[in-house]
Amino acid sequence: MEAFDLWAQLPSVLPEVGLTALAVIVLFADIYGSIATRRNVVFVSAVGMALLALVPLIWVPDPAQFEKGVLLWGGMVNYDPLSQIFKVMLLLAGAVTCLMALGDKGVGDKGEFYLIVIVATLGGLMMSSASDLILVFVALETLSIPLYMLASFRRGDLRSAEGGMKYFLYGAFASAIMLFGFSLLYGFAGTTNLGGIADAMSGGFDGGLVAVMAALVMVVVGFGFKLSAVPFHFWTPDVYEGAPTPVTAFVSVSSKAASFALLVRFLTAVFPPELAIAGVVIQDFWVNLLVVIAIVSMTLGNVVALRQSNIKRLLAYSSIAQAGYTLIGVAALQGLDDSLAVASVSFYMFMYIFTNLLVFGGVILFIAATGKEEIKDLAGLNRRSPWLALFITIGLLSLGGIPPAAGFFGKFFLFQAAVKSNLVGLALIAVANAIIALYYYLVVIKVMYVDVGPDDEIPVGIPRAYGWALGITASIVVLLGTIAVTPIYNWAALGASGL
Amino acid sequence: MDVTGFSVLTAIIFIPIIAGFVILFLDRQNRDLVRGVAITAASAVLALSLAVFFGYDNYVKGAGGLIDQQMTMLAAGGDLSGARMFVDALAFEQRIVWVESLGIAYHVGVDGVSAPMVLLTGMVAVAGVLISWNIEDRLREFMAFFMFLVAGVYGVFIAVDLFMLFFFYELAIFPMYLLIAGWGWVKLREYAAMKLTLYILVGSVFALVGAVAMYFAAGAYFSGSGAEVFQAAVASGILPADSAPYSWSMVQLTLAAENGAFAIEILGIEGLSFARFWFPFMFIGFGVLAGVFPFHNWSPDGHVAAPTAVSMIHAGVLMKVGAFAALRAGVQLLPDGAQTHLPWIVFLTLINVVYGALIAFRQRDFKYVIGFSSVSHMGLVSMGWATMNLTGMTGAGIQMFSHGAMTALFFGVVGMVYDRAHTRDIPSLGGFMKVMPWVGVAFVIGGLTSMGMPGLSGFIAEFPIFQGMWAASEQITLQLGVFQLSNYYSVIVILSALGIVITAAYVLRVAGQVFFGEFDAEHFHDVGDIAATDRIVLIILGAPLIILGLYPPIMAPMIESGIRPLIALLGGG
Repeated sequence: MEAFDLWAQLPSVLPEVGLTALAVIVLFADIYGSIATRRNVVFVSAVGMALLALVPLIWVPDPAQFEKGVLLWGGMVNYDPLSQIFKVMLLLAGAVTCLMALGDKGVGDKGEFYLIVIVATLGGLMMSSASDLILVFVALETLSIPLYMLASFRRGDLRSAEGGMKYFLYGAFASAIMLFGFSLLYGFAGTTNLGGIADAMSGGFDGGLVAVMAALVMVVVGFGFKLSAVPFHFWTPDVYEGAPTPVTAFVSVSSKAASFALLVRFLTAVFPPELAIAGVVIQDFWVNLLVVIAIVSMTLGNVVALRQSNIKRLLAYSSIAQAGYTLIGVAALQGLDDSLAVASVSFYMFMYIFTNLLVFGGVILFIAATGKEEIKDLAGLNRRSPWLALFITIGLLSLGGIPPAAGFFGKFFLFQAAVKSNLVGLALIAVANAIIALYYYLVVIKVMYVDVGPDDEIPVGIPRAYGWALGITASIVVLLGTIAVTPIYNWAALGASGL
Repeated sequence: MDVTGFSVLTAIIFIPIIAGFVILFLDRQNRDLVRGVAITAASAVLALSLAVFFGYDNYVKGAGGLIDQQMTMLAAGGDLSGARMFVDALAFEQRIVWVESLGIAYHVGVDGVSAPMVLLTGMVAVAGVLISWNIEDRLREFMAFFMFLVAGVYGVFIAVDLFMLFFFYELAIFPMYLLIAGWGWVKLREYAAMKLTLYILVGSVFALVGAVAMYFAAGAYFSGSGAEVFQAAVASGILPADSAPYSWSMVQLTLAAENGAFAIEILGIEGLSFARFWFPFMFIGFGVLAGVFPFHNWSPDGHVAAPTAVSMIHAGVLMKVGAFAALRAGVQLLPDGAQTHLPWIVFLTLINVVYGALIAFRQRDFKYVIGFSSVSHMGLVSMGWATMNLTGMTGAGIQMFSHGAMTALFFGVVGMVYDRAHTRDIPSLGGFMKVMPWVGVAFVIGGLTSMGMPGLSGFIAEFPIFQGMWAASEQITLQLGVFQLSNYYSVIVILSALGIVITAAYVLRVAGQVFFGEFDAEHFHDVGDIAATDRIVLIILGAPLIILGLYPPIMAPMIESGIRPLIALLGGG
């Protein structure tokens, strides 16, 4: 056995180590710090996470090996570009969330909020590099349990408590099903290593096709819950509406991004294209399964969103549809050359994180200032706060896929990957959906710019730190749709090389 | 031509974008400054567009210019390369690689078809700013969005990269939506703005899927069996040296089309080639914006609901964007599909021409008359594309310019009348020649143009289209199962001439009623003459109709030179 070389292995988990340290610092600062210190916890958390986002970029001891992807820590952790890009985006998402919670009464003024966000992010980071069933499950729960807590963070508020409880019950159920799927896989293969499972199943495996497919379906159910894909989406609108809005923003991006990273890795590692049992190529099965889920998620999410009058519920259904779009990229993983598909999923999630945080950030501010959550209350926002209206508009345009916002490229890459994988029909259904979606996004923009509301003349102020957070996020969304496309896309495309 | 250096076209795209952002950050109260920045930017863009137009004219007509080259090639005979001719026709090029791994580039250039469109956009941009001079409500936002819209439109006309074409196409949609929804006619604006946006998006996104499919088919061809063609094209300078097999460059896609990359059979159905399958998506997808029947429904409502400047740019320029993109991304890239499908699409264009004119005849609302007349005349453009010969397509190219200036002029006239009379109901108007003679004269000029009166640009456009249709009649047959339809283009010409007669009827009716007739001095006591800025609008849009009508060589040879590559692609001599 090789000698354990800490120096070579450390970079793969350094962000996680850093986050743990940050969590401890925040915990102690909140308990023992003075009032002034406690007020600064938010900046410590945000800046800490933003700095940690640089770590995976700066310290890569052996780039050649890294790009091929390497298993470290006894086969538990993958160290490759895919995990790197997702770690960076999760850390940035955590940092922006902290800043956005800043002014939220009952949420942002409590130190434990930031602690929980950090721990949830830690779980997400572990998910994006996990390559062993046990670590996968531990990471999933490390992400999920803090999210349940966050959803019910406003203890006194009935809707928040209800949302949290719902989220927990559904989540626990989905986790149990997924765990059962894992145990079946372990039973077939005798190993918990993702790559090892595929190897064991491909060598004259006789455990029965149906059982393998059942395990696959169970795992997909678990993922479907985390991604809020139809038909595992029922918790989404209630949790989105009930949870404090900064939490909603965080739930909508972090758990989704981490789950997509893991889903891509899981499906390509455990059920590779060459794996056939009893003459049936397993990949064809899961591709078809995902195609169906993608179509149903997009269509249901978009059609139901048309009927919503609450902005948070609208965004909830929109996020169901967005999960459907992203699943197109996962379905496009079929075949041997999956670089376009992996790149499209990574790029989409990268831009989606910033886009959704931007929209939610704007909405949080509006709700905090006015206490209203209906779409019609946004009327005349352009006159009340032109900047806020502009930020929300950029975010909505990006969700709708209109240039120069990043969503145009995001959708384009997904459709392109689908056409490449001969899923032209899926691409056509997706573009039809994109048009339905654009309708309700445009309606919100129209309300902000054209309609006249009763409070038309009362300005909505933007706190300075918050304004900066929104402004930077908006700039990133526009840059990702124009000049920054190439570097981020190339980086995302590297992700395929390590799988 | 130098492809890496700075192109004046880049300035044409970015001046309005920068001006738009500058305007957004100006003081809302300082209306003069807002107007000043807007008109400066629009005039600068118009000046540059003029420079491009005449520069390109020089490029075409000069000794040893493009036409001489093309004539030499034609005289030499042999196989003509459409891609080669297309590359030669491009001028004012600039190319910067954008997303290298996907073969997407920022690549601009003009050819004979797009150069007049660039000029048209500049004209309408200035006219639009001038006619919106006195908008009361949120002038700053209006001008900023208008600038973004102008930039998006320009981008489509000068894109040589197919991806870029889509990028700017979609970019234009959002400001247009807000302009109509925010400043349009209160009764209709929200409905019309959303309808228009969704119609246009539906078309374009389906075309986008087709474009992605073309990208992969061409890429697979160039990295497989067509590798030699690719190498030869790079060596001979048709493609830039840093090209990759997978590319969005329309030059490269044209080359692929020419060498049969899109002739592959798909879905395992005999006779259903890639080109034949995707052509309707591309042509009709963009044709939605050009108002092709039965997808024209957005247009009258959209035009009526829009504020005057937006109607002008919309009917005047954006519908041409649709027709232009249908030509570029449809006919040019899938010539094989064009030959299969245009023989039946021509019936749709016939319906456009006649049905549009009939409905226009029935309208009481002044603006609806113009809206449907615009649908009717755009049918002639698509009909010109369907001739697939040099005469007819050149006529369609001229019609794009002529119709653009004419319709913008019409909407300007309607706007001026409505602003002062506060009604658009034709029967209650009358005798406006007395109070606003300039407007009356402008309407008569526009009206005569739309009737195709010789001496005005409409004649120069419509006559070749009909001539081309007649000439094409013998070559084109339509196969419907066992039935074969031949020689029917001539019938279509005769029927669509009917549309011209109806046009004459409604134009004369409107002119007689609104501008002559009896003036109700009591009811319209506060109606005065138009401002100086409005006169400039009428001159900018009206003069080209006369100039082009009296002196066609100013534009016709240029457009011909732009059409010749297409004819080569379509297999003609």
